Amino acid sequence: MPSLKDLRNRIASVKATQKITKAMQMVAAAKLRRAQEAAEAARPYSERMGSVLANITQAIGGGGDAPALMTGTGKDDVHLLVVCTAERGLCGGFNSQIARLARDHIRKLLADGKQVKIICVGKKGFDILRRDYASMIIDRVDLREVKTLGFVNADAIAKKVIHLFNEGGFDICTLFYSQFKSVISQIPTAQQIIPAGVASAPAEAIDGGNAVYEYEPEPGEILSDLIPRNISVQVFRALLENVAGEMGAKMSAMDNATRNAGDMINKLSITYNRQRQAQITKELIEIISGAEAL
Amino acid sequence: MAEAFKFELVSPERLLVSEQVESVVIPGAEGEMTVMAHHAPVMTTIKPGVVTVKTAAGGEERYVVFGGFADIVPAGCTLLAESAVAVKDVDRADLARRIQEAREDAADAKDDQARSKAEQFLSQLTTLEGAILPA
Repeated sequence: MPSLKDLRNRIASVKATQKITKAMQMVAAAKLRRAQEAAEAARPYSERMGSVLANITQAIGGGGDAPALMTGTGKDDVHLLVVCTAERGLCGGFNSQIARLARDHIRKLLADGKQVKIICVGKKGFDILRRDYASMIIDRVDLREVKTLGFVNADAIAKKVIHLFNEGGFDICTLFYSQFKSVISQIPTAQQIIPAGVASAPAEAIDGGNAVYEYEPEPGEILSDLIPRNISVQVFRALLENVAGEMGAKMSAMDNATRNAGDMINKLSITYNRQRQAQITKELIEIISGAEAL
Repeated sequence: MAEAFKFELVSPERLLVSEQVESVVIPGAEGEMTVMAHHAPVMTTIKPGVVTVKTAAGGEERYVVFGGFADIVPAGCTLLAESAVAVKDVDRADLARRIQEAREDAADAKDDQARSKAEQFLSQLTTLEGAILPA
């Protein structure tokens, strides 16, 4: 049985923890709003990019001059996985969900006899995957110093990937990130970015209808400029979704923690009060029985 | 007064402009072009330069863009810029850094093609710097 002093100390420490988790929850809520705004602001660009790409692919019509980034190398031997996770923990199952999806994917690829390479974006994913697949991790990107995620960060990652592709480092590249659905639900997602899956051009009329475009310079040239940019955009979008997802997960995790701490304080207070009462009773009995003995 | 059309300037981070304008001057890859209403559909890449927007209200705004492409249809014009800032907010240090990077790229380009491309990019950047510095 812990003494009264021990109990008092524990209650004080749980109270301190509760204050911290509550503060973290509020910080996460504020950051979540900002992250959501950023994700929203980035949406027009990727939408336009998608429609332009669809237009231009139609114009080329799957001609022979489509760049390799789009058609792929024609092989399927070496896979590159870009695993995007958060830099910090304390956000529930957020990081482990992404890592689990990546791990399942890796296991399947290895079982098929493929070669796997991994680029980790974010510290947590690296920490998790390092345990099992340390030899496959070829690079890691640290975004910890980055306060507000800019396009340049995504661009740097995309350039790395494209550079590796041009050197023949891999055949297929898949991006792992967490799709932000709502504050309480983030869906880990795998998305193939090389070869780009824009072949399924939506047939919807893009403003201007089926007008015949003039291209300046040639469509092939534009396309070879566009595809790398599209990859950067995809990475950027994944990172933004990740930030929003991380904050959402952190918010609910911290909310849970705050509530747990509250429960714990209640329980400890009851024990504390009972024990104090027991002690008082004991002392009274001692005094009374002492008086009776006289 | 010329007819107005819809112009959008989008960077990956946000939507900078979305309004009715009279004309837009775009630094196209193969020369500057002025877009007005009912322009024939054109798609062009753009080089680093200044985009001049004449709004329907009569004002004039200038933006610095670093590469990207423009999608022009009779009903409007969408400019997807890799990075775009209003001329008055241009960060000199950032521009200097980009020029420095371009210079390094040009210096360690592997083959002639890459080198000429990097040098072209560098000269576009320096022209841009010259164009906005006195402003």
